[in-house]
Amino acid sequence: MSASDHLIPVVVSNVVEVNPIIKRFEFRHVNGDELPAFSGGAHIVVEMLDDGTKRKNPYSLMSSPFERDQYAISVRRDDTGRGGSKFMHEQVQPGMQMKISAPVNLFALDLRARKHLMIAGGIGITPFIAQMAQADKLGVPFELHYAARSVSQAAYMDSLADRFGDHVSCYCDDQGEGIDLEMLLSNQPLGTHVYVCGPKGMIERVVETATNLGWPAAHVHFEHFLAPPVGEPFDVHLAKAGIDITVGAEQSLLEAVEASGTPINCMCRGGACGQCETVVVACDGDIMHNDHWLDEEQRASRQRIMPCVSRFRGKRLELDL
Amino acid sequence: MTIQFKDESFRGDFTYANSPSNIPRFPFPFPEDEYMYSTNIEPHHAARVGSPFENAFDVDEHYVAEMKDRALVLADDPGRCQALPHMETAGWDFLELVMVSKARDYPDLFKLTMDGGHWHWINKPLQIDDTFTFGDSSTLPCHPMEYIGRQVQGDHAILDQRDGNLWMDAGIITAQADWSLDFDIGMNFFEWHAPVPLAHELGVFQRALKFLLTLPQGQPSRRLNWTLTVNPRLDTSPENYPKWGPDKLTVTPENIGEKVHLRVELQTFWRLPRSNAILFPIRTYLMAMNEVVTQPKWGRRLHRVMRDLRPELVNYKGLSRYHPILVEWLSQFDDGAPTSPGIFPD
Repeated sequence: MSASDHLIPVVVSNVVEVNPIIKRFEFRHVNGDELPAFSGGAHIVVEMLDDGTKRKNPYSLMSSPFERDQYAISVRRDDTGRGGSKFMHEQVQPGMQMKISAPVNLFALDLRARKHLMIAGGIGITPFIAQMAQADKLGVPFELHYAARSVSQAAYMDSLADRFGDHVSCYCDDQGEGIDLEMLLSNQPLGTHVYVCGPKGMIERVVETATNLGWPAAHVHFEHFLAPPVGEPFDVHLAKAGIDITVGAEQSLLEAVEASGTPINCMCRGGACGQCETVVVACDGDIMHNDHWLDEEQRASRQRIMPCVSRFRGKRLELDL
Repeated sequence: MTIQFKDESFRGDFTYANSPSNIPRFPFPFPEDEYMYSTNIEPHHAARVGSPFENAFDVDEHYVAEMKDRALVLADDPGRCQALPHMETAGWDFLELVMVSKARDYPDLFKLTMDGGHWHWINKPLQIDDTFTFGDSSTLPCHPMEYIGRQVQGDHAILDQRDGNLWMDAGIITAQADWSLDFDIGMNFFEWHAPVPLAHELGVFQRALKFLLTLPQGQPSRRLNWTLTVNPRLDTSPENYPKWGPDKLTVTPENIGEKVHLRVELQTFWRLPRSNAILFPIRTYLMAMNEVVTQPKWGRRLHRVMRDLRPELVNYKGLSRYHPILVEWLSQFDDGAPTSPGIFPD
């Protein structure tokens, strides 16, 4: 049973162009019911019916966890991606009915923290908007440091500064500004937890700096914003189902399995939660793993694959599905 | 259907018993004639009208008596209810889940009125009529977990999720089968399961943890667990071992049918929305051997399960002292006929 099998019917209540590359989408329950409560950092999976192709992409909830009449997400347009963000930007209009999953949180605040230090890059700002609302209500100190390429791309910078005042610091590359991580991380009180969401390089720099400064690993939290990569089409044999399927260039292996009607567990669809882990029966070629779940040893064994983000190049791939 | 709540005791004179109509709804834990650990987790869907799986939180004829017993335990030992400071949000999540579920499933017994943050809760069986502000602990007489924990059958642990593990950081535990919240609080999933034999080697806990870490909101799961208890005593805590340990010595072939009780835990798992914690209710059902064998399928099967139980498990579950007598006594209910699959009586 997958989280995305239990979908909530919603209507798009608002679409806001935040800047040239980011749009905000707001959803309400089709019946006007309350949506499920959630915790800051949670995401939903949005189902998109795009001209015969069914896509499901995860997006962080940015509305307040204490408001249940509507959810909000922000989508950054990526013209080189698989088409989900393009669909959201071009096709989704107010009044449209869609389906979303219940919230899932793989990036929760550690509620033991004496202070939350949040570091966001670009569209990685979205989970922090909900987390700040939560930390604010709980009365726990927090600070947000938000870096963007340019003032025009820095979504919500002004409104966050208005809402949370001195708790928010912004940095724009085109103004020559950058976060001094060494300074920031070496000046925190004991009991601070740091959270980072943004480009891969930024996450690595924060984790490395914190580690070098002696931060306990349990106080460093990150969420990779991971979309399944595009690539060359490939064929897969599903052993239990006894069928062969083809994974398209802009399709994920998970989506191809789902499209064939073969049952498979999944949740985050982004290589992080581990739910879709599948046994590899035979592999003559290379698995491009891409996930954050399997360890090096498991990858080297070539006996496990995460179909949500991994691809294959070679002669034969056979899975226990 | 209005439930007739029983006036009974789980200590002293032990007047606890199951009404004849209550026996067939007992969650008999053995779907097959032999028992070995398995993760045996299934979705906690509403299932089978009249069974303990019909509603999110089962309420039966023992409700009022169990809540009185809980109050006695807490008065004697407040350490049975503990929450680390960061678990307050989880306590509110728990309170909301129980109130919303009970008001929906038992409208004749419980009523919840929500006016924004102002809530009005009526619990008719326990004669409670309170108003409070959701999220504001100063408007309740105690921690939200304790407040609602005193009104719901079964023990409740609340597990914080972080660092790819679960941590037992809160709970109200007064009816446990020989484990201790005071000992386990703050431990992670592998630490509190450390004493369990065989299951580690079988990889049961790794699989169970992986399952729980990805438990989605709105899709609770359940499993059954079991042991045996001498006398219908709910509080078999290590803290009170001197009170119940010696009971094992009192079992004889003459009294075994009334003394030895099958003790079943209906364990459910719920993702809590605001705290992202996992609520782990452990609802205990007790049934005397004499009551169990009124269902021929259960009598036959229980004999086979007990006869073939691995020695490590006989020892771990604390049955060694009377296990041979029990197998001998149960054998009279086993005519060798096949049993039907599943746990429900024929």
